[in-house]
Amino acid sequence: MRIFDPHIHMTSRTTDDYEAMHAAGVRAVVEPAFWLGQPRTSVGSFVDYFDGLLGWERFRAAQFGIAHHATIALNPKEANDPRLLEVLDLLPRYLEKDGVVAVGEVGFDSMTDAEEKVMVRQLELAGEHDLPVMVHTPHRDKVAGTRRTLEIVGQVGLPPERVLVDHLNEKTVDLVDDAGCWAGFSVYPDTKMDEDRMVAILDRRGLDRVLVNSAADWGRSDPLKTYRTGQAMLAGGYSDDDVDRVLWRNPVTFYGQSGRLLLDDVADDAGDFAGNTLQRGEPLAPGGAATAGSEG
Amino acid sequence: MTAEERLAALVEEVRHDPAALPLASARAARVVGRGPGLDGRRIEDVARSRLLVTACEAVGPDGAADVVAAQYAVGDADERRAVLLALPELADRGLGDGAVPVVLDALRTNDTRLVAAAMGPYAAAHLPADAWRHGVLKCLFTGVPLAAVADLDVRRDAELDRMVRAFAEEREAAGRDVPADAHRLLAAADR
Repeated sequence: MRIFDPHIHMTSRTTDDYEAMHAAGVRAVVEPAFWLGQPRTSVGSFVDYFDGLLGWERFRAAQFGIAHHATIALNPKEANDPRLLEVLDLLPRYLEKDGVVAVGEVGFDSMTDAEEKVMVRQLELAGEHDLPVMVHTPHRDKVAGTRRTLEIVGQVGLPPERVLVDHLNEKTVDLVDDAGCWAGFSVYPDTKMDEDRMVAILDRRGLDRVLVNSAADWGRSDPLKTYRTGQAMLAGGYSDDDVDRVLWRNPVTFYGQSGRLLLDDVADDAGDFAGNTLQRGEPLAPGGAATAGSEG
Repeated sequence: MTAEERLAALVEEVRHDPAALPLASARAARVVGRGPGLDGRRIEDVARSRLLVTACEAVGPDGAADVVAAQYAVGDADERRAVLLALPELADRGLGDGAVPVVLDALRTNDTRLVAAAMGPYAAAHLPADAWRHGVLKCLFTGVPLAAVADLDVRRDAELDRMVRAFAEEREAAGRDVPADAHRLLAAADR
């Protein structure tokens, strides 16, 4: 089983987790920028956090044979703190980096005006930087929040196939399917979604435009929930190919729209996904940089 | 367009507007290419280094240190490695000791790609002795081959040999492997 966890906060996880994930078949992850449990109080904290996502965490993951990508955004909770609005001005430079495969997590927490304003601006940034978007749906008043989110996505005019709406459940999945967006499910030990409910939803709506993630972070969560969902699918009569589609090919298809996946280093392990990784360039002339700058 | 032509277009962009360097560097691997090149260096490293040299030339010798520091600050780890790899070339073009803080920053990380790139010829020529010795020791600690350390035989001194010997003894006392590079260095010291 090869697994691409499309939403996991590895910064909060241990090296034991990385080892267990690799043993279970995880070869690629996406870590969305989100809040850290402890609210931040300055823009500088975000600079260090974003740099860590693209720097140290990617390096750490690589030590365990896992390709690490990130999504970058000002998250909904902290969008409400006026001290942090300048984070929006930092985003353009991060949204040009390799391995940044979407704008996210954006969305609603308490459905305030400030959250809506920040979400709209970041949806626009996704268009400007040619990136897909990962949208977080609120834990409280989820149906209303999901409905309003989809209205805003429609108003901004992003193509629905470039929008992932995450943390869905039985009450919100149809709204997202009807809008044509990708449906994300966070399989948790005891809250958002579990393996068997997940399989029941797949039975009902099929395997198109669906992503299953562990959303593991600093809370009670399990980085192997993707693997366990794959097992539950097999027990429910799905084929190995069906599992591969949900747990590998679907995330590669969604995030591959960025043109920024970094899967070359895990290619031998994870099989063929030609056309979805960054271009392998033809070599530059030998000694190129040695004479650099002095020419022309 | 060939990779060379795509790089030339980016270089022109930066030559006309050095402030375009951060975005050009961020895009360089996607625009020009990625992976091993013909001369053992990675294509994206060569491309980004050339962009940095171009920006430094465009602002003149007095501005080079600021350009290097700024690009290092806004770069991701790959871009920072390219900054470090370009330093020997920039040293002769007015940079002088100006990038020592950048090298020290890289040596504070545990990212072996940055540690290895930091210990090149620029570090050999410009780092103070204490920082350089700790850089060598850090390579041994983090598994970076000492082949990454430029001019090791020229700069090594009795103090470095003492530090490496102590490191090896500590490892042996713990029943752990001593890196072959440490043995080689100490064998040379005993000759």
